[in-house]
Amino acid sequence: MTSLSDTGEFIAKKYEPKGPVVLDCQINNIYYGNFRAVRDSHVPIEKNKVTGFIGPSGCGKSTVLRSMNRMNDLIESFRFDGSIQYHSNDIYGKKVDPVVVRRYIGMVFQLPNPFSMSIYDNVAFGLRLNGFKGDEEEMVVQALKRAAIWDDVKDKLKNSGLSLSGGQQQRLCIARAIATEPDVLLMDEPCSALDPIATRQVEELMVELKEHYSVALVTHNMQQATRVADVTAFLGVDISQGGRTGYLVEMDDTQKIFEDPQQLLTQQYVRGEFS
Amino acid sequence: MSEITQQLPPVVEFPSLEKDSFDIRAIKNSTLTLMVWGIAIMASIPLFSVIFMLISEGGSRIDIEALTEIPPAGFETGGGFGNAIIGTFVMVGIASLISIPFGIMAALHLAILDPNSKLTTISRFLAKVLTGFPSILAGVFVYAVIVITTGTYSAWAGGVALAVLMLPTVTLAAEEAMRQVPQRMKDAAYGMGCTRTQVIMQVVLPTGLPGILTGVILAVAGAAGESAPLLFTALFSNYYMAELAEPTASLSILIYNFSGMPFDNQIELAWAASLVLVVLVLFFNILARVVGRSKFKE
Repeated sequence: MTSLSDTGEFIAKKYEPKGPVVLDCQINNIYYGNFRAVRDSHVPIEKNKVTGFIGPSGCGKSTVLRSMNRMNDLIESFRFDGSIQYHSNDIYGKKVDPVVVRRYIGMVFQLPNPFSMSIYDNVAFGLRLNGFKGDEEEMVVQALKRAAIWDDVKDKLKNSGLSLSGGQQQRLCIARAIATEPDVLLMDEPCSALDPIATRQVEELMVELKEHYSVALVTHNMQQATRVADVTAFLGVDISQGGRTGYLVEMDDTQKIFEDPQQLLTQQYVRGEFS
Repeated sequence: MSEITQQLPPVVEFPSLEKDSFDIRAIKNSTLTLMVWGIAIMASIPLFSVIFMLISEGGSRIDIEALTEIPPAGFETGGGFGNAIIGTFVMVGIASLISIPFGIMAALHLAILDPNSKLTTISRFLAKVLTGFPSILAGVFVYAVIVITTGTYSAWAGGVALAVLMLPTVTLAAEEAMRQVPQRMKDAAYGMGCTRTQVIMQVVLPTGLPGILTGVILAVAGAAGESAPLLFTALFSNYYMAELAEPTASLSILIYNFSGMPFDNQIELAWAASLVLVVLVLFFNILARVVGRSKFKE
């Protein structure tokens, strides 16, 4: 066991994925202006698994996740150094259009954010965007069913998406995200604004979703990671060089991370000694 | 003999929870509440007295004749202000056609495309200055630019003058409405693979639409009631308009002209026209409140 893991030199032991990898994220550095937000993290996202990201506040979990579909490109000072391989294409390649990337790599946000449209239109939004030719209604219904919200809304598809409760809104957003059949679903603390019952429903949903999709999940809640994630990456904060730079400390099967972590820092974190 | 001290349970006095009207705070509270009510009623006296006066003075002259006939000359009886109603609608229409597209596009730039640049800060400041722009100067400006160059007073010139006044109102209201669209909704759209154009067309504009419409309608209501900018640009006419490039009547100028005349018939018509104008403006204001309600509320 080493305590070297909170100094600037530490680089995590490489995680060897056991199945096929859908997003191979090799992050060397992520900068916002001159601020180095994340360094040296290799986090492969495996196919049909839930990959969890845990770590203290400010460790760059969300930054890492938002880099995976180039959402961070919307922030002007953002700079990415590294590569993210998606079907042998680097999504940060010169010719790649971030708009296209986001159609294959969907995202569910921390706060439920349905559009101010009807429930039906919310889910159909992505289909219409892509010029979907086919049975739109069938796709909408299927997405709502997969997101486990069909029974709640089947009688009021014309009502406003904003009229639903927080948990329902979040499941609506998940339905909206999966309606276009993305490959990967990025979920940025999707339960942090939800009550315990809604949280449980969304968690159960995530486990079901991995049948069809690959999920990357940022969570602040360690129990959630143990319940949902197959593989867990623990990110720490490195303050040795002045700023607060996030980096990968350890990545392994969730059970291993929580029961037999190899790094002292991971052990302290999963025991709840700091957060 | 042993001392037996009998310990009585301590007497607890509960505070009274009833209302004490003579408590100093209660007195202050009721005095201030009364004052606020009184002042609110006082503030609405002018509005209601104006409407009451317009109805009592002008209501009797409102009939089909007044709404459709052209103005009477001198000692004539009867007549109306149909041409002025048409003129007002036409000029406000021209002003809307100019100011609404430009205003909304300017608002898009201010709110979404480039919200923090120097150019934007300056434009926003100038738009705010323009909202307080004396309306007569808009008239003088358009007089110099259009009336002198074309050589005639016209509905065009009147419409452009009104557009100058509407533009900043539309721009600022639309900008505010677009700013109200939450960032997380835009994030959601970007996250689904929208281009910036799609985010604007499919999320920002539809979501901000009620607010944008409210601003537009209030600007229209304001323009309908303007008189100063029309004095130098559209002037007035006693006949129905035949083309856009000739002097054109409007309700506000008709009121101005007729109210100063020494003939009872014209003065009565001025009252009736005032009532029509107020009803028109009121209608637009109510419309603005109705469309301002979002269809998809939380």
